[in-house]
Formats: sequence, C-alpha cells, structure tokens
Amino acid sequence: MNSVGVVEEGNKRETSPFNVGDTVKVFTRVVEGDKERLQPFEGVVISRKGGGARETFMVRKVSFGVGVERIFPLHSPNIDRIEVTREGSVRRAKLYYLRQKKGKAAKIKEKERRI
Amino acid sequence: MTGIIGRKRGITQVFRENGTVVPVTVIEAEPGCVVQVKNNERDGYETVQIGFFEEKKEKRINKPMAGVFKSAGQKPYRLLREFPMEGLAVGDLVTVERFQKGDTISVSGVSKGKGFQGAMKRHNFSGGPASHGSMFKRAVGSIGASSDPSRVWKRQRMPGHMGAERVTVKNLKVEEVKLEQNLLLVKGAVPGAKNSIVEVRKED
Repeated sequence: MNSVGVVEEGNKRETSPFNVGDTVKVFTRVVEGDKERLQPFEGVVISRKGGGARETFMVRKVSFGVGVERIFPLHSPNIDRIEVTREGSVRRAKLYYLRQKKGKAAKIKEKERRI
Repeated sequence: MTGIIGRKRGITQVFRENGTVVPVTVIEAEPGCVVQVKNNERDGYETVQIGFFEEKKEKRINKPMAGVFKSAGQKPYRLLREFPMEGLAVGDLVTVERFQKGDTISVSGVSKGKGFQGAMKRHNFSGGPASHGSMFKRAVGSIGASSDPSRVWKRQRMPGHMGAERVTVKNLKVEEVKLEQNLLLVKGAVPGAKNSIVEVRKED
C-alpha cells in the first residue's frame, strides 16, 4: 500500500453500513460549554461521495416545511453512531431530484425484505 | 537548521481530536546518512553533507562519487544535499524524528511544468472582455512606452515557459509525524507533482 493509503487507513473508523435512499439517524457529538451531548439528525441519505477516509454523505430532511441538508464526513470522530431506521429502494446513486418533489412525491419506496 | 529530503506522495485529509478536518500533504522521507562534515578550516564554511535515497546498483555511481562514499565509509546514495546542522558526525542518520507536530517548516520542490503559457495564466494579467464584440481577449496588451525608451524593458512580463522551477512554500505546519513509516504530514499544499523530490527545512 502506498503511504497516502496508510494515512487514510489510520483515519478510518468503523461505520455501520447504509445506502443511498435509506432513512438514517445520525448522532453527532455537540460540545456545549464543558458538557457534551448527542444531537440526532434524521433524514434520507441522498448521496455518498468520495472514497477512503475522505468519504462524505448527505442527509436531507424537511423541517417545518423547509428542506435541510447536512453533509457529514463518514469517518468523522464527531459522529457517535448512525442508525438506519428505514431501508429505501432507489435506482439512482444521487437523489438530488428529491429537492424538486413535495409531499407524497418525495416519498421513497421501502426496500422489500428478503425472507 | 534541520533539513531532510523526501518524496511528495500525495494529498489526503486527517481528523483532529475535535473533529476538524485538516488537508495534509504526505511526504515520505527515509533516513538520510551524513556523508561528510565540512568545517571552516578546510572548506571555508560549516555544513553537513547528507546522502538520501540509497543507490542499490554500483554501476550507477561514477568513479569520483564512489571515492567520496568510500572515504566516508558509507553506502552510495543517489542524492547529496548540504544542510547547516550541528552536532552530527559521519555515519549519523537524519530521520523525520527531528520534526514534531506543530513545527513551522519551509518546503521546496520543483513545481509542475505548465509549458508555454500566456500572460494571463503566467502573470495574472486581467485580459480583455470576453464578449460584446471584444477583439481583445487574452492578449498581452502594451509592453511599454514608445520613443522613450524605444525598447522593451528587461524582465517585462510576457508569455513564455511556466512552471518546472524551484518553488519554496514557507510557514507550513507539521500536522503529524509517523516514525515507523517515515512520514511527515504537512498541513496544506506543497510544490511539485506526486513522487517528486521535496526538501523540508526547519529553522531552529
């Protein structure tokens, strides 16, 4: 492995697997004064980009009628854990089209579970 | 001064403890070996000559250089560089250990060659308007006054060969030192292409 790869491997952390289209709950560490608490952010993963330790993912939710998108570095030490609350079935790698959809049209079909 | 020669391996990013993302250049600097110590009496100045990148094939060393390495009793090296470092004797190793997190360093290297470039890219000229029937787009423009001086000043900035020259970036910070792998992680960009040779210096 080259030296850049060595550095990147050292920066990677174990992450729970999830895909684009899934609804996830991201718990980030927030420091307020000298206290630390976990702040959840729940929404649909609309893109994953980058590779190695540089990978990021974008989560979109609609909060009080306003679309909010947040980009998280996948291997950031500020992310406590990522919970998948719903697995979505999508045919695209980037779900930017959701920005133009409203209400029921912005819904993502749930993935069929294999039994 | 402390100096070491390494190879720029590429750019990535690392996380600090508080989660900040820091862009870093990875420099791989294998240990260099002191080949010669120059002093005031004999050479007129004080410095140490350090060999980097061991040469495995003997036939690649020419005879005068082979003599230098033989008299020093050291293995042959591809590159010899002088750094005014103190307290070193022939045979001592110079490693990345001499650098620490937070050190301010200067890094020199040969920048990427850009070929023959116009004045806009080479000297940041503003050029003319791109549209609305403009007939002056990326040309140089005036290169001086007329009858006085009746010639073009020396060093007048014009199109020409760009890049592939020695560039030094000062005030870079060492983000991390990995001793086992001989790696220096430097915050920010460093001149040169991947795998090109760079010189890392630190003023004491």
